[in-house]
Amino acid sequence: MTASNPKTVLELAPLLQYLISGLTNGAIYALIALGFGIIYHATTIINFAQGEMVMLGALCAISIYHIYPSLPLAFLGGVVLVTLIGIVFERLALRPVKDPNPLTLIIITVGGGVFIKGVAMIIWGKEAYSLPSFSGDAPFRLGAATLLPQNLWVIGLTALVLLAMELFFRRTLVGKAMRACAYNARAARLVGISHGRMVQLSFALAAALGAAAGILIAPLTLGVYDMGTMLGLKGFCAAIMGGLGSSLGGVLGGLILGVAESLGSGLISSGYRDAVAFFLLLLVLFLKPQGLIRGGS
Amino acid sequence: MIRRVLNPWVLFAVAVLAVAGTLHNDYYLTLLNFIGIHTLLVVGLNLLMGYGGQISLGHAAFFGLGAYTSGILTATYGVNPWLAMIAGLLLCGVTAFLIGVPALKLRGYYLAMATLGFGIIVYIVFTEALSLTGGPSGLVGIMPLAAGGWKIDTPKRLYLLIWPLLGVIMAASANLVDSRTGRALRALHESEAAAQSLGVDTGRLKLMIFIWSALYASLAGSLYAHTLGFVAPASFGFMFSVKLVVMVVLGGMASIWGSFLGAAVITVLPEILTAFHDYEVIIFGAILMAVMIFLPRGLVRGLLDLWEFRRYKKKGGMVA
Repeated sequence: MTASNPKTVLELAPLLQYLISGLTNGAIYALIALGFGIIYHATTIINFAQGEMVMLGALCAISIYHIYPSLPLAFLGGVVLVTLIGIVFERLALRPVKDPNPLTLIIITVGGGVFIKGVAMIIWGKEAYSLPSFSGDAPFRLGAATLLPQNLWVIGLTALVLLAMELFFRRTLVGKAMRACAYNARAARLVGISHGRMVQLSFALAAALGAAAGILIAPLTLGVYDMGTMLGLKGFCAAIMGGLGSSLGGVLGGLILGVAESLGSGLISSGYRDAVAFFLLLLVLFLKPQGLIRGGS
Repeated sequence: MIRRVLNPWVLFAVAVLAVAGTLHNDYYLTLLNFIGIHTLLVVGLNLLMGYGGQISLGHAAFFGLGAYTSGILTATYGVNPWLAMIAGLLLCGVTAFLIGVPALKLRGYYLAMATLGFGIIVYIVFTEALSLTGGPSGLVGIMPLAAGGWKIDTPKRLYLLIWPLLGVIMAASANLVDSRTGRALRALHESEAAAQSLGVDTGRLKLMIFIWSALYASLAGSLYAHTLGFVAPASFGFMFSVKLVVMVVLGGMASIWGSFLGAAVITVLPEILTAFHDYEVIIFGAILMAVMIFLPRGLVRGLLDLWEFRRYKKKGGMVA
């Protein structure tokens, strides 16, 4: 074990700082978790390639920004490109599967993720790229802690996207059709909803959410070809913690995970930061596999 | 009589002895040793995937636990290597039990996720627990195995340990698969409900096969540590777990001999194609997707099926 820093646990300033960075990361996990949930609902597939969409979002946006330095354009361009990739992935890798049992689907999506990561390594190389913050780097002081404008962008935009998704699923015809499919695919087909289209749409939406997460976090962490795997897995942890498919659960799971991990790395040891997430995952899987939020069912 | 002589296991033993008698090149022997170690890992994982219908995405962790137990106990504490190997087996067996009991009660994706999370935690511990594992730069000074005053420290001697051992384990696995337990396992793969209705204790069976595969991995890890004399965390990460799945999928699920083929191909490829390394990840991803989509019974079995199918059509047979 590495020796922990000689600081007192009850100091408030670092705690607040951990909370800020934890909530920021947690928001990102929540976005990714929502993507997992949408695909799981439509198909009962866990898409192990979801994390790579996050990486692709960040790197595509960075490349677009290098060609034409406009952040809104980079954001939109990144999201649109990755959405298309998500659709192509579903069409080429998942739709042709004749016998879709979980084992086959796990292997295919793991393979897809690895494949996308390898292609990204060829295109972008192994170095990390930066994307400028959305509105400068002048920090705010919040008591004894500092808050970057990008932290606010991440949390604010995530909240906005989650709200938009909620409205989409509750108020629009297409959103309701997707929910119907998730609830009972056969019944949905009987009233004329094309299951194939809904599956495609779910992959498109999940890819878009992942890409958005990647672009939001890129100014804080840099974009690199192998960033996706870990972010994807943590998004999955968040989704499982919240009970797969419940969007409120995914958000809470993401925030809890982000804060726990930030406190863990600050108070115990930064080397074990990633272990915190997976320890929580194992704990939840073993003690409450239906998720923290859904509780009893 | 001829059938008995042509028994594949007899042929295997003859081939192993013939290679031992004729091959003296250390490079090729070492390559064979790694193929043997990988085959051992893949046979174990294949029992779980091909017969149990479950997947472990953290098998590199059991391999690593075996390797590090052997490494730490012999290099740091001077324990007898054979005892260290047994300690590794015990550790992996108990760990697999603790992970398997809760995870296997749940279906589908849960064992995949639990093993994935477990694999990452173990990898992080290998990297971070400096005083125990030597951290990212690894652990050196692992003692070789010894038998009756003979140090097993040359590629030839290691070969003479690894391959006969592998032969015995493969034969035992084939035997297991053909036994009552093996039939129950296949029933489990086809339909858990049907197996249950026929009185198969599916939970216990899945747990047993998971522990079994972890033990194979631990043994392979110990052999790996003594073959190389050095272990570092990079050999036991998520990518290695994926690589093992690639070997299983390539050789064909539910095929003991296929495991050998998958391990051999994936171990030898990087040696003959120097450019392989840059594209390794892409190739692995492509293999996983392509085989599962087009030839879900594995490359070899799938190609054989295709060939038989075409021959059948040429003869003018009706295709059902």
